[in-house]
Amino acid sequence: MAEENLKIASLNDKVKAEIDTWVAKYPEGKQSSAVMFALKLAQDQNGGWLTTELMDAVADYLSMDKIAVYEVASFYSMYEHKPVGKHKICVCTNISCMVCGSAKIVKHLEEKLSIKMGETTEDKNITLKEVECLGACVNAPMLQIGENYYENLTPEKIDEILDGLK
Amino acid sequence: MNVNIEINGKELQAENGKMLIEVTDELGITVPRFCYHKNLSVSANCRMCLVEVEKAPKPMPACATPVTEGMKVFTHSPKALAAQKAVMEFLLINHPLDCPVCDQGGECDLQDFSIGYGEGKSQYVEAKRVIKDKDYGPLVATEMTRCIHCTRCVRFGQEIAGIREIGATGRGENMEIGTYIEKSIDSELSGNIIDICPVGALTSKPFRFHARAWEMQKHNGVAVHDCTGSNVEFHTLRGEIQRIIARENQDINDSWISDRDRYSYLGLNNEDRIFKPMIKKSGNWETVDWEEALNFTAEVIKNGVGTIGPDSLATLVSPNATLEEFYLAQKVTRGLGSHNIDHRLQQVDFRAQESDPLYPGLKMSVKQISEQNAILLIGSNIRKEQPIIAHQVRQATIINNAKISLVNTQHYEMNFNVSAEFADDANILNNLLALAKVLVQKDKIDVDKAFSKLISSAKVTDNHEQTIAELKTDEDSLVIVGNTAQTMSNYSQIKIIASFIATNTNSQLAILTHGGNSASAYIAGAVPHRGPCNQVEENGLTAQEMFNKDLTTYIIQNIEIEKDLIGGDSEEVINHLTKANTILISSFVTDKMKEYATIILPAAIYTESSGTYINVSGTHQSMNAITEAKADSKPVWKIWRVLGNLLNINNMDYMSSEEVKDEVLDILGDKDMQSSINWMDFELDQVSNRAEYKVKPLGIYAVDSIVRRADALQRTADGQQ
Repeated sequence: MAEENLKIASLNDKVKAEIDTWVAKYPEGKQSSAVMFALKLAQDQNGGWLTTELMDAVADYLSMDKIAVYEVASFYSMYEHKPVGKHKICVCTNISCMVCGSAKIVKHLEEKLSIKMGETTEDKNITLKEVECLGACVNAPMLQIGENYYENLTPEKIDEILDGLK
Repeated sequence: MNVNIEINGKELQAENGKMLIEVTDELGITVPRFCYHKNLSVSANCRMCLVEVEKAPKPMPACATPVTEGMKVFTHSPKALAAQKAVMEFLLINHPLDCPVCDQGGECDLQDFSIGYGEGKSQYVEAKRVIKDKDYGPLVATEMTRCIHCTRCVRFGQEIAGIREIGATGRGENMEIGTYIEKSIDSELSGNIIDICPVGALTSKPFRFHARAWEMQKHNGVAVHDCTGSNVEFHTLRGEIQRIIARENQDINDSWISDRDRYSYLGLNNEDRIFKPMIKKSGNWETVDWEEALNFTAEVIKNGVGTIGPDSLATLVSPNATLEEFYLAQKVTRGLGSHNIDHRLQQVDFRAQESDPLYPGLKMSVKQISEQNAILLIGSNIRKEQPIIAHQVRQATIINNAKISLVNTQHYEMNFNVSAEFADDANILNNLLALAKVLVQKDKIDVDKAFSKLISSAKVTDNHEQTIAELKTDEDSLVIVGNTAQTMSNYSQIKIIASFIATNTNSQLAILTHGGNSASAYIAGAVPHRGPCNQVEENGLTAQEMFNKDLTTYIIQNIEIEKDLIGGDSEEVINHLTKANTILISSFVTDKMKEYATIILPAAIYTESSGTYINVSGTHQSMNAITEAKADSKPVWKIWRVLGNLLNINNMDYMSSEEVKDEVLDILGDKDMQSSINWMDFELDQVSNRAEYKVKPLGIYAVDSIVRRADALQRTADGQQ
């Protein structure tokens, strides 16, 4: 299976070095505080999703119980446990976005990409994900791709964004 | 410091800072709770214990609200009840209504509290949450849809078992208690999560669907598979033991027992159990009645003693026998003039045994181990040997930040923080000598020639110095010699050096012995060098020496020689047994045992006989028979009594096991049970250095004939090793 081949079981040196800079920010012996960033780095290393092996590697690297890492990784919605597309579009459907028309945005996205929320396009380019409030209510409706927020969305603006993701 | 508080209008004093629920529990005021457990940390996440506190705007959780001066609390006011009922309604939203098929039914906290705080009907009409079942291995059954997320099992893993295997993954509606990955629960204390689960999410797998809680009778008892003396409760139905659960004893086992103690009952009804006396007549086994069997046995013993002499008789008793059985066994054996009696099956070096204390053990309660500040563990895989004592050691590391050092021949995985680990695969003595050398050099202790010669070649490292420094602080410290050390060929040296280290660091010395009742064996005189309660006797043959030459008669009580005795599987030992008249008083008999036995007397199992167990710290605990002796099997003390009568031993007319116990306790008088141990009185030069030979100590689930037959335990990760 191609997916199986994708599985990376260990953290690479660059990721480890970056985790170290996070560990250094906390008092000695409290290295587990760096778990969230470590998981993010591990996820980025693996193309946007976490495998059990990677979570175990994080647990070992931070001397944590494995289950404690699973708890964190399964609690926060920004960690993925299945392969995702190259771009992950996180659409907020919480109350502010909802009253400002997020339903229309979702519908437009789904039609345009021919996938439903939570699915990935066939070319593995884009994954759609419904998320809770991202704190940009002032310019609702909004969505997030990678580390960028796109706000005051309209169907036209979506087309423009999607064109940029090819 | 005490503060004045008022609960439900009643004024009283309580210790400042104590949680409200502890105060109400002491007063017997019911406050419903699910997540709170007195031996676990407070998590306050179930919210069931909400009570009204005057001047507080909202109801407060009793488990996480410390008492303060002038506090007025109402546990049953309309406001408190409304809060409790509201929480109950939420908890019941996702809980299935499967009480009729749930093993927890009848002893379920949720069921009980829903009677008091639940509404007859629910306002909830949406779909209920369903969780896929988990496979936690052969001991714990799961039905996670019933889980109410109290997190007791999660906290148990983290705080008591010391390995976090269970956690809460996901969030909100999707939160699940589980291991996340498919995995069995491997802790040797795992069964306790069944006891603490307030609902039927975690139940006992071997017990599943066997009986309902209200049908069973409860009997108090003691666990006999290690020297801890953990308190247990036996639950029986129609004369059969259905399960064993933990019984609280805050001096010994808190609220916990090991899986070995919990599931050993599964071995009781093994097919090897025998019910009829049997005699081997010209190579063929014949079933006979008790009268014939006992008369024949007495005759065989008498003939052997009469023709060859009393020294040709040897008696070997399981270290799990009762005080009464040990006493009668030695009374019969010594009454016939033989001193060849022993119970120390897992020991090969008996030198320096004359300096043994009244019994080798612990000079404090098991609980007090958790109050130590430094512990040196010598030759001990304590987690697998005495899981509950390991729990108390672990508590010491948590409560006192105790420094634990290990001296072993290999690395053992511990469930507590280890300060220094000395694992020399050649032997454990080298590291012990290095520790002694640190003391001799630092404190300029005068030692004799033999001693200084012994320590001269020892190599001292910083770690050795650190360990000694930790033991030497003014605070309480303990040196523990474990089961693995006892199996070693230079055990006597280990004892002496351990004693030297303990004395000179002002630490207590403890010996954790094999079996469940070796303290009784020592006290009753089931050792070859001493009679009951330290009476000096002529030296007899030790368990090992008994098989160094041809004896005429062996009486063996509840031992599978080939598995229980160190080196017992050797051709030589089996040869001696086959040539001699071997009398087995045993509950189980295998084909192998039939090959070397001459007479087999079916013994009742320990749960079918009354008796007394003395744990490692000298606590007497007597137990009544839990069930009746099956078929024609007889309690062992009765077998010994009749044999004693037939062999004309004086004063063998006991009517009950209590009379036997009283006789031993009379001899014991006010002898100090906790007499201190100091093997240093023994001249070290009498104990020459011996090459250590390695014996593989018995695994956690191989310690005795009952545990070995408990199939669920054998299927665990520990049992497979």
